[in-house]
Amino acid sequence: MALNYDQALEKYEPTLGLEVHVELNTASKMFCGCATDFGALPNTQTCPVCLGLPGSLPVVNAKAIESSIRIGLALNCSIAPFSRFARKNYFYPDMPKNFQTSQYDEPICINGYLDVTIDTDEGLKVYRVDIERVHMEEDTGKSLHVGGATGRIHGAEHSLLDYNRAGIPLVEIVTRIIPGTDKYAPEVARAYVAELRDILRSLGVSDVKMEQGSLRCDANVSIAPRDSQTLGTRSETKNVNSLRSVERAVRGEIIRQANRLEAGERIIQETRHFQEESGETRSGRSKEQAEDYRYFPEPDLLPIVADPAWIEELRLALPEKPSVHRKKIQEAWGVPDKEMAAMVNAELLTTVEETVALGAEPTKARSWWLGEISRLANEKSVEPTSLIQPSEVAQIIALIASGELTDKLARQVVEGVINGEGDPRMVIEKRGLKVVSDDSALMVAIEAAIASQPETAERIRGGNIPAAGALIGAVMKATGGQADAAKVRELLLKHLGQG
Amino acid sequence: MSTPIISQTAAQMSAELVAGSVTAVELTNAHLDRIAAVDGDVHAFLHIDREGALAQANAVDASRKAGEKLHPLAGVPLALKDVLAQKGVPTTCGSKMLEGWRPPYDATVVTNLKKAGVVILGKTNMDEFAMGSSTENSAYGPTRNPWDLSRIPGGSGGGSSAALASFEAPLAIGTDTGGSIRQPAAVTGTVGVKPTYGAVSRYGLVAFSSSLDQAGPCARTVLDTAMLHEVIAGYDPKDSTSINAPVGKMVEAAKKLDIKGMKIGVVKELGGEGYQSGVTIRFNEALEALVSAGAEIVEVSAPSFEYALAAYYLIAPSEASSNLARFDSMRYGIRVGDDGSRSAEAVMNMTREVGFGKEVKRRIILGTYALSSGYYDAYYGSAQKIRTLIKRDYDAAFVKVDVLVSPTCPTTAFKIGEKSNDPVAMYLNDVCTIPVNLAGIGSMSLPCGLAPEDGLPVGFQIMSPAMKDELMYQVGGTLEAALQSSWGKPLYASAPELAVK
Repeated sequence: MALNYDQALEKYEPTLGLEVHVELNTASKMFCGCATDFGALPNTQTCPVCLGLPGSLPVVNAKAIESSIRIGLALNCSIAPFSRFARKNYFYPDMPKNFQTSQYDEPICINGYLDVTIDTDEGLKVYRVDIERVHMEEDTGKSLHVGGATGRIHGAEHSLLDYNRAGIPLVEIVTRIIPGTDKYAPEVARAYVAELRDILRSLGVSDVKMEQGSLRCDANVSIAPRDSQTLGTRSETKNVNSLRSVERAVRGEIIRQANRLEAGERIIQETRHFQEESGETRSGRSKEQAEDYRYFPEPDLLPIVADPAWIEELRLALPEKPSVHRKKIQEAWGVPDKEMAAMVNAELLTTVEETVALGAEPTKARSWWLGEISRLANEKSVEPTSLIQPSEVAQIIALIASGELTDKLARQVVEGVINGEGDPRMVIEKRGLKVVSDDSALMVAIEAAIASQPETAERIRGGNIPAAGALIGAVMKATGGQADAAKVRELLLKHLGQG
Repeated sequence: MSTPIISQTAAQMSAELVAGSVTAVELTNAHLDRIAAVDGDVHAFLHIDREGALAQANAVDASRKAGEKLHPLAGVPLALKDVLAQKGVPTTCGSKMLEGWRPPYDATVVTNLKKAGVVILGKTNMDEFAMGSSTENSAYGPTRNPWDLSRIPGGSGGGSSAALASFEAPLAIGTDTGGSIRQPAAVTGTVGVKPTYGAVSRYGLVAFSSSLDQAGPCARTVLDTAMLHEVIAGYDPKDSTSINAPVGKMVEAAKKLDIKGMKIGVVKELGGEGYQSGVTIRFNEALEALVSAGAEIVEVSAPSFEYALAAYYLIAPSEASSNLARFDSMRYGIRVGDDGSRSAEAVMNMTREVGFGKEVKRRIILGTYALSSGYYDAYYGSAQKIRTLIKRDYDAAFVKVDVLVSPTCPTTAFKIGEKSNDPVAMYLNDVCTIPVNLAGIGSMSLPCGLAPEDGLPVGFQIMSPAMKDELMYQVGGTLEAALQSSWGKPLYASAPELAVK
């Protein structure tokens, strides 16, 4: 019998470490002047340098250095007074020079940390994630394997190479082992990547679009029996391209490893690829034999010696931290801790903020995004923001406030927008969801209700106000839910001499 | 000389062009004819760009006719070592690997030459990827020494030096990683200069060892190299290791002909036992000439030089193993084994097996090993420390003296095939030139006579502190004038007549 997550956690303790690659949004590449636009025709953003043509030489993009230092500062790192590029040597067709210009033992930023908060059984808990290093490197090109069943190299007839991405500046942010996450490892992983992404976004250094690969997460996971003093063998899961996937990948990997150990098998040190559909990981490259990258200092580039005064200037100009911003929002909106955490962990703070900025009342905005919309998103296994726009939600909330929609009708409008029936106004039009607020039309229904339940009506006349519920319900039913319940109540009570 | 104009110096040709007694097209044709007549034997060129050269020459003549202000070297022909990228012109680096490759861009050196109106005749032969001291490692056959066709012209830039000695070109560009400009100059009786590292842009120079490679001027006289130096040197934002400082006045220094009061250091470790007697004799005569010109000779010790060769043969192959990784058949050059059944990795392997020669493979293996995990500190790490010690030896010496001197190489030109099967004997040829590259300073080789025992040219090396390349031109120009006046004519004029076909 296969162990589920809870059973796996009873026997084993997980260990987590994360590596995040961020594509910087500089206008030009790391070592040449080529453009970095996403989605350009293959090989149209290349030159002798990023194609690694014989004789070409790299020149460092100063903006990339600045962005890297700002990232380091935002992550509480020390900025190295002297850092260097190094060559990481290995052969791969989509890497033009067959070495990657990266940083090795002298990275630009070291020893930082990032605090993340998650909701646990014991309430909100803060985990400190130590950052080992932040270093710069260049991205590789892309291989497209044609003719195989899965788009993988095995079984492909041929491969196409696109070097547009080759040389795009990357920053790699590596954590140390994150201690004490235990069963919350998946949530901590997700919260870390989310927090990091928010910081990077606030710095304006990257598009941080996981689905486009401008932010990529590799999760290093191992497990060890609860009584063990040593760490288990780790796997490195790649291709994790959404926050939800980060959480799923870590969870899936813990379950997989636990079941392997249960079956008496050992964990192989390897890279694994996350499968979006199944939530499982597939075996990739073995790392059993440590690859020898033959690092050595890049002789074509000078060491980076950053002026301390300039670093101070950058530090002072850092934007407000997302955590500070959140605190301000929480106070302004009067949101309880737990609900604030839920909103942040659901990745919906920015969306709710946008909705509020468009005029929606904060509590309403929060409740729509975290309630109905999240529920529908969950059903469809997608992100809520992919279903409906903040502007549409704000519009719906406004329509409720003005009495043009009831909550019940609004849910139908949301459903219609999600189904692609158009914006809220169009859905209301097409579905005929207008609230019945015409007094005479309502009075017809009210009188019909009184006629069908004369005894209830009598009780109300006698002062039993709560009895009105039954009649209001009947009216609502008769109008197909399109009546404004408050209005019905008002008219009914008035009609029975209680108004 | 069969054609007088080609035996002139570049400075003389420049004067004739300015005076209008010869046109750039005439001068270019004279050299193209000379190449056609003698290069079958010498094999200095891998590619002759007749059309491109004549087009450039025509453009210079037209500009001159239009009264435009031209660089003194405008219209003077030049031979370009095949390790520098020239747009649209085959660039092979002497390797089968790059057969058929035509770069889509110009090296900065080439851009500078074109800007000055220097006429590029073609690409010269070299040891494959500049690895060698004899030009025997070229995939396209060896170049022969115009002084004795059974002997090597030096290497790796044997094509450039042979082109000068055989009057196929008055100017040439070489590159020097461990002596590839100076040793060929020495054994062909010509002048070769390795400028301070960073003085000439490496952009477009196909890298052998990035931290050591440096392009430089080659010619038959010190003044000609100085003129060419000023054309090719200068800050280049495309090369991060390029020095951002104005180019010194090399021509002025070469013309000074005055070294009174200068202190010249003889490096104790570079000479004596193991050096051919004729080399030592001519070297000592040159020292006397310097003393007569008013210089003071001081003996200087550089104890770390003993380890220079060993350090060099770790650093250069290490960098080469990485620099040459890009030759994988995916984007340019030859491709072997791509029949639709093999993986990219298999095709890479087969291409590299066929495309690289023996010496290149030897150095890639050596460098790969030296950089390997567990060996890095012992090999690459130690070599870098020696490099620091060598720099310190130079720094200490330059406190006491203005320039340092030594023979350029321990022997005169050896026979083709003599050392092909003994790599270490071949490597030892560069024992005097290598410390210069490790320290990044400037150095020149100029002829100091013919060895009495074999009648072959001997080279005299002058080393100047980093960023003070003017000093070697000043000393070189003075020494050249003194020696030529004692010989009655330039050394190159004593070269045997080549058979004309």
